[in-house]
Amino acid sequence: MSEVLERPETAGGFKVVGTRPIRPDGVDKVTGKAAYGADYVMPGMIWGRIKRSPHAHARIVSIDARKALALPGVKAVVTAADFPDLASETVEGGEAAANLRDISCNCMARGKALYEGHAVAAVAAVSPGLAEEALDLIEVKYEVLPHVIEVEAAMAETAPVLHAHMFTEGLESRPEKPSNIAKRNRLERGDLAEGFAAADHVIERRYVTPAVHQGYIEPHACVAVMAPDGQCQVWSSSQGQFMVRTYSAKVLGIDTADIRVIPAEIGGGFGGKTTVYLEPLALALSRKSGAPVKMVMSRDEVFRATGPTSGAVVEVKLGAKADGTLTAADLTLKYQAGAFPGSPVAPGTMTALACYDTPNFRITGYDVVTNSPKVAAYRAPGAPIVAFAVESCIDELALELGLDPIAMREKNAVRDGMKAAYGPTFRNIGYIETLEAIRDHPHYQAPLGPNQGRGVAVGFWFNAGGESTAAVHINDDGSAVVATGNPDIGGSRAGMAMMAAEALGLPVEKVRPIIADTASIGFSMLTGGSRTTFATGMAVTQAAQKIVADLKRRAAQLWDIAIDQVEWRDGQALRLDKPDAAPLTLAALAAQSARTGGPITAQVSLTAQGAGPGFGAHICDVEVDPETGHVTVLRYTAAQDVGKAIHPAYVEGQVQGGVAQGIGWALNEEYVFDDAGKMENSGFLDYRVPVASDLPMIEAILIEVANPRHPYGAKGVGEVPIVPPLAAVANAVSRAIGVRMTSLPLSPPKVRAALDGR
Amino acid sequence: MSKTHVSAIVNGDPAEFLTEPGRTLLDALRDDLGLTGAKEGCGSGDCGACSVILDGRLVCACLVLATEAEGKRVETIEGMAEGGVLHPLQQKFLEHAALQCGFCTPGLLVAAKALLAANPDPSESEARYWLAGNLCRCTGYDKVIRAVMDAAAEMRQAKVTA
Amino acid sequence: MAPAQYYAPSTAEDAVRALAAAGARALAGGTDLIVQMKSGRVRPEAVVDLKHVPGLVGIWRDGEAFVIGAATPGAELGEHAGLTAAWPGVTEAACLIGSTQIQGRASMGGNLCNASPAADSVPALMAARASCVIFGPEGRREAPVETIPAGPGRTSLAPGEFVLEIRLPPRPPRSSDAYLRSIPRTEMDIAIVGAGANLTLDATGVITGARVALGAVAPTVVLVDTEVLVGAKLDEAALQRLDAAARAVCRPIGDKRGTVEYRTKIAGVLARRAASIAYERALKSA
Repeated sequence: MSEVLERPETAGGFKVVGTRPIRPDGVDKVTGKAAYGADYVMPGMIWGRIKRSPHAHARIVSIDARKALALPGVKAVVTAADFPDLASETVEGGEAAANLRDISCNCMARGKALYEGHAVAAVAAVSPGLAEEALDLIEVKYEVLPHVIEVEAAMAETAPVLHAHMFTEGLESRPEKPSNIAKRNRLERGDLAEGFAAADHVIERRYVTPAVHQGYIEPHACVAVMAPDGQCQVWSSSQGQFMVRTYSAKVLGIDTADIRVIPAEIGGGFGGKTTVYLEPLALALSRKSGAPVKMVMSRDEVFRATGPTSGAVVEVKLGAKADGTLTAADLTLKYQAGAFPGSPVAPGTMTALACYDTPNFRITGYDVVTNSPKVAAYRAPGAPIVAFAVESCIDELALELGLDPIAMREKNAVRDGMKAAYGPTFRNIGYIETLEAIRDHPHYQAPLGPNQGRGVAVGFWFNAGGESTAAVHINDDGSAVVATGNPDIGGSRAGMAMMAAEALGLPVEKVRPIIADTASIGFSMLTGGSRTTFATGMAVTQAAQKIVADLKRRAAQLWDIAIDQVEWRDGQALRLDKPDAAPLTLAALAAQSARTGGPITAQVSLTAQGAGPGFGAHICDVEVDPETGHVTVLRYTAAQDVGKAIHPAYVEGQVQGGVAQGIGWALNEEYVFDDAGKMENSGFLDYRVPVASDLPMIEAILIEVANPRHPYGAKGVGEVPIVPPLAAVANAVSRAIGVRMTSLPLSPPKVRAALDGR
Repeated sequence: MSKTHVSAIVNGDPAEFLTEPGRTLLDALRDDLGLTGAKEGCGSGDCGACSVILDGRLVCACLVLATEAEGKRVETIEGMAEGGVLHPLQQKFLEHAALQCGFCTPGLLVAAKALLAANPDPSESEARYWLAGNLCRCTGYDKVIRAVMDAAAEMRQAKVTA
Repeated sequence: MAPAQYYAPSTAEDAVRALAAAGARALAGGTDLIVQMKSGRVRPEAVVDLKHVPGLVGIWRDGEAFVIGAATPGAELGEHAGLTAAWPGVTEAACLIGSTQIQGRASMGGNLCNASPAADSVPALMAARASCVIFGPEGRREAPVETIPAGPGRTSLAPGEFVLEIRLPPRPPRSSDAYLRSIPRTEMDIAIVGAGANLTLDATGVITGARVALGAVAPTVVLVDTEVLVGAKLDEAALQRLDAAARAVCRPIGDKRGTVEYRTKIAGVLARRAASIAYERALKSA
């Protein structure tokens, strides 16, 4: 791979796009100098900690902070009484629309604690030790209520109700009683009965997946200060400084203009840092104490009070003809939302059949509140859960019909011009190409040994566009700065610099990217939904193109010729009327900018549309220890349509990382609760994310079916790779042991039990 | 609570700090000495983001009391590059794109340095097991392992030609 | 997480005095104690760092026996060629405790006195018939390792006592040991089941002495009735007898790490596998 570094690639006619330069923020990150959320220190700073509910469901009878406040060194205590009692109102700003009241009540419990770990008070003191000590002195009286965590139990008539005001939306008529089912949504096409009647073979199965956490290694952290005049500054690690600003302003009831959020480096997010937990509390503590307040979560708090994604039950009924043609699909998705509505069941229903051309289907989703932490987005939210179900069922159908699993998928594959199950018509998709890539890969033909199995699965994600801003500034020596409003979560700075360099005709080293704070760049939606390279990259490219247009105008002015007689090539202006004339370099134009209109800068704000959906097809080989039930992943190959890989190494990295998370979800990760509803495994010892020795190399095959809506053809790449692995692993295990595994994780005790029952 | 005076050698230089008995070496490095390269990802020795080398042994700084560092040599990520020259591991991590968010990177680099000191020619499997205490949630470890193996090869070559 | 005092005594006598005080806890590698202090599970008044007491860190021979200082980090055991050759099972158990980073700190003495039923080194030490030297207000005494853990998190040590060293008996010819554990991942986990096996053979490969110990299947590490092996070669029938004997001594709990049923089955599997490895090693050691 390193030899690629030596030669600038020019595939696709690009000089920079498609090469593998060293990322501009790399040296800071390999020398320990990059500053993440917890690395910030302010003069006079004090330390905040959160008092959390020990009960999964309880009425808060009283909170008495007098003893804590009497402890020398304790500067402030806040509770829900210190925040406005907000009306239920939907705001944009995060990965999806969110309810303000729910965000506020999740940051600080109001009236009831809805899960173990729910914040009920926060304290700030002059040292971390004192803040910790003060927590024990805050006296909270609870009336413990019955709780419910498992999704189907929460849907039952007799379940304890979390929110007395919540009536199921999306039904034909408004229900008479409140319920934990926040919403039902449904997608339908064709005639289900007719479809199943036409089938030669019908399979009906129920699939169960546990709640899992994003597992970013950096715990949430921030430093926040509010001055006596109400002006605030926040340094925090998040997926969107503008999201932090909007949510914090709303939760505190202050003006957006009064908050400036400076993005720290972010130590992983995967969707889990698309909302606020600490920032409003730190600001409230700062308002009361007058000092900057630093808050850093422990790993235990991260597990108990942030993330995860839904535990779920998915019921699937598929009908197919003997040749494998799908005739009908009936799916029911039941997703845990945690304490407040908003599970990713809607994208679950929309992605469920996105890979399949199915004439007749009905997909029903239930968004169900439970006494567990409010779910947050997790990489392709909702899609891996339902893909596990559908891809497992397709695999079983293929086995029973005696068909090759890739051929089965090719037969039913969506193609350009087809109407997607979720509505729009597909254009410029590279799905078939990914299927062909794995079918023709040597991996697919490699022999398997005893106790080994091979699984195939596919996956889909919409990819997002949306609002972004980018600014490009040319410096006096002809180098450039690119400013955007999107935190760099996995190397996006490199992509931004490369796209600007390509448009400007500069070497990438001459372009320095920065992530600007909320006061220094126009609004940008957060880094999520695989939108940054696409949408913000589009803004960067357009800003660079505006600069080029401006540079041509300036050159024309200096040469005193018409603009259309100037061409911009390789970072310099050329005269078309006098091809032999010396070109004007960017440096020369920059040096004379005062004479041609002043500083050379451009800013572009846009709403990007046409993100270009992504598809992936994966092969996984496993070996199962028939005595212990231990599963070893032997080999993994993932093909994905990425449109155009701006920086192929980081695109491969997205694929490899998504696959690794999917393997963890398939094999060992799960939230375990005790009978009282307390999480039993809130640490990395027993919440088992994959370690280096658990995984093989993961081969990423990049398929490039260009997205015509992006200047370089890029599509989002970050989410698709986590969609297929759950089923790819489960299908491999099921084929290895001859027992269909329908409940994750495939931990050794579960696999051994399946072996014993076979 | 009285504080204890601790003298240690950190990245080759003498360092002194005052600490309370319950504070960890990681707290002392980050809060007292301003060396924030070692990260706290879990506080329980399960993620390796705080890896440092203590008297030649790879340890998690979050599981060492600050007072235990008295008289000891501590090597952190901040001491890995020599002057302005990156260590071969640091360079290979950049070339192989072996980091995404970068939060686990300092710990991985320190652990990899300890690996190559103990075993200059590790197999892929040996590298994976040695680094199993360093969680990375972004990369799937593929490029991390390639970078370590490539750096090891380069360092062996440099030794031969030196 | 805030003990009032930290002591680093440089003599065994000073250590005893410091440990005899109410609320004092011994610190060796710290990989259990510091985690427990942070989580609030233990709140010691004082922490007594034993690593400066002479003899607490290091590995040496006493005649035919190996002696391991109780606070010696596991990594040192793995690096000791002589110890690894004589007691591969003991060293592989020590080197399975946590990550490379944890092995840089975690000690056998700590593993023993933390008294977790799932401690990796204890089944291997028990299978090896290891003893430990304890130092306390009454002076030195020696006891089999299995007498130290009294139940999950509890030891039989009297106030002021601490484990000074662990002693492995002389290694007879044609004998060897092995340790295996079952974990969901490949590293970094607490054992769902651990099995240590130590076998001695005669010149024809017949087992003359056998000791197999199981971790995480009862409140303390338990010994398997290995009479079923003595007098036989380790053939399939012997392995099946061992499997049944191992399952018979299990009294596990079901928890987040494994069910009662799973633990019991795996105890049989690991006992067989560990014995097979020890047997092969013993044959080669002849």
